[in-house]
Amino acid sequence: MIDFLKRIFLVDILKGMALTFRYTYRKVYTEQYPLEKPKLAERYRGAPRLNNDPVTGETLCIACDLCAEICPEDLIVVGSQRDPESRKKVLTHYTFDTSRCLFCGLCQEVCPTNAIELTQDFELAAYDRRSMVWDRKRLEKGWDRIDFGKDYHK
Amino acid sequence: MKAMEESTVLDAKVLELNMGPQHPSTHGVLRVKLKLDGERVVDAECIIGYLHRGVEKISENRSYIECVPYYDRTDYIAAVSNVYGFLLGVEAMMQIEVPKRAQYIRIMMTEFSRIASHLLWLATHAIDIGAMTVFLYCFREREEILKLFEALFGARLTTHAFRVGGLWKDLPPGFVEAARKFIDEFPERVDEYEQLLTKNRIWMARTQGIGVISGKEAIEWGLTGPVLRGSGVRHDVRKDRPYGGYEEFDFDVPVGENGDTYDRYLVRLEEMHQSRRIIQQVLDRLPDGPVRGKAPKIVKPPVGEYYSGIDGPRGELGYYIVSDGSAHPFRVRIRPPTFISLQVLRRLVKGHLMADVIAIIGTLDIVLGEVDR
Repeated sequence: MIDFLKRIFLVDILKGMALTFRYTYRKVYTEQYPLEKPKLAERYRGAPRLNNDPVTGETLCIACDLCAEICPEDLIVVGSQRDPESRKKVLTHYTFDTSRCLFCGLCQEVCPTNAIELTQDFELAAYDRRSMVWDRKRLEKGWDRIDFGKDYHK
Repeated sequence: MKAMEESTVLDAKVLELNMGPQHPSTHGVLRVKLKLDGERVVDAECIIGYLHRGVEKISENRSYIECVPYYDRTDYIAAVSNVYGFLLGVEAMMQIEVPKRAQYIRIMMTEFSRIASHLLWLATHAIDIGAMTVFLYCFREREEILKLFEALFGARLTTHAFRVGGLWKDLPPGFVEAARKFIDEFPERVDEYEQLLTKNRIWMARTQGIGVISGKEAIEWGLTGPVLRGSGVRHDVRKDRPYGGYEEFDFDVPVGENGDTYDRYLVRLEEMHQSRRIIQQVLDRLPDGPVRGKAPKIVKPPVGEYYSGIDGPRGELGYYIVSDGSAHPFRVRIRPPTFISLQVLRRLVKGHLMADVIAIIGTLDIVLGEVDR
């Protein structure tokens, strides 16, 4: 009998409705992404950056080629030259193809001098494929965000 | 000529209909060729391979360290479990000792990934059947887990979670508190889903008695995981062949009775509670110490073959690794649980209505990245 009445008065469905109704007065969970940037974790593996020594401004990279060796996709190319005077390897060029990157973080893991680092930047979209291959200049600068201005998202 | 005149639209008995590969309810790029008699399904044929990337072949050309990130991308919903299965195999071949703390964290994160995977399953399964609200609630909880992944591993989905011999880094500050907060709130959230679904008459009508498979038949088809347990077979690799320290934790293996879609739903909900229990035990007993054991820089397992099977969220996930003594695997064969459970789709949908096909695809919890590899 009780079961029958429950069926007639749609108790099971009303219970669900009560739950969804309660949510009307709760805090909104949604993140308004383009308007507010998410707070990413410190370890987040995003856009690569080639670090410079903060004091001297010279590159930290010693051109040891470990990152290019470990990279599963072989997308890092390290160019080096021996300095005839000091007999040291000197970095000449460095390219990183972000369009093929797995963001596995193996390059920053093997780097002995913390020169290559994956940063918190994640907005990697570009207009063409060629600009996804980052050269040394771009890697050292880090990613520059396109600024659409304040009124763009309104 | 005569035959053409006679066969009109009304006479056409069996209609062939392609479902997918772009159908939103096929959970990826699965194409199902349905033969329909009116609304009834007479026969169904799965066509797979739209997401084939050749992960097994790629592994042959990469070193053991380099091929780990690719396994994130087979079953991308539970990437942590995938990496775990492969690394357990490599570590067993090389007899690398993993520190206790790393073992515990690995178990905790694998169980978190099981919860996240089941939440995504529940969300998509419910939205397939027509319950939109559950989808939003489940994704909210999943988001919390993904934030934990991001804090520890540095990525949300393709986590590259573990390394040979342990972890990349130790837990970040504040992680244990955040994990505790999540698991304290979690049973309440599951109750909300249950309030919306378990006794809901539409949900019951759409899932009870749909896609029934008996325990004996499920074993014959080679099913594992929640699909097998929903049919009442108590099989769990974590209990039967404990690996990676699972024998130290206390948890139950839930089973269903009827082997229908509703029972598989109940089994997966209970599994989330059990995973939460394991996480709670890990957090209570988390030992101190290093998180990375002594692993050589170049991983070269000795010549031989090894099978490592773990209990992923979808069933037994196996890696059969053949080593020829070099730094590259000679062959890696992945045993994907959903590739095997997808085979049973044809058997399950026969005689059901067209609308039940998506309910059955949902209940098998397939991930096409893993089916096609």
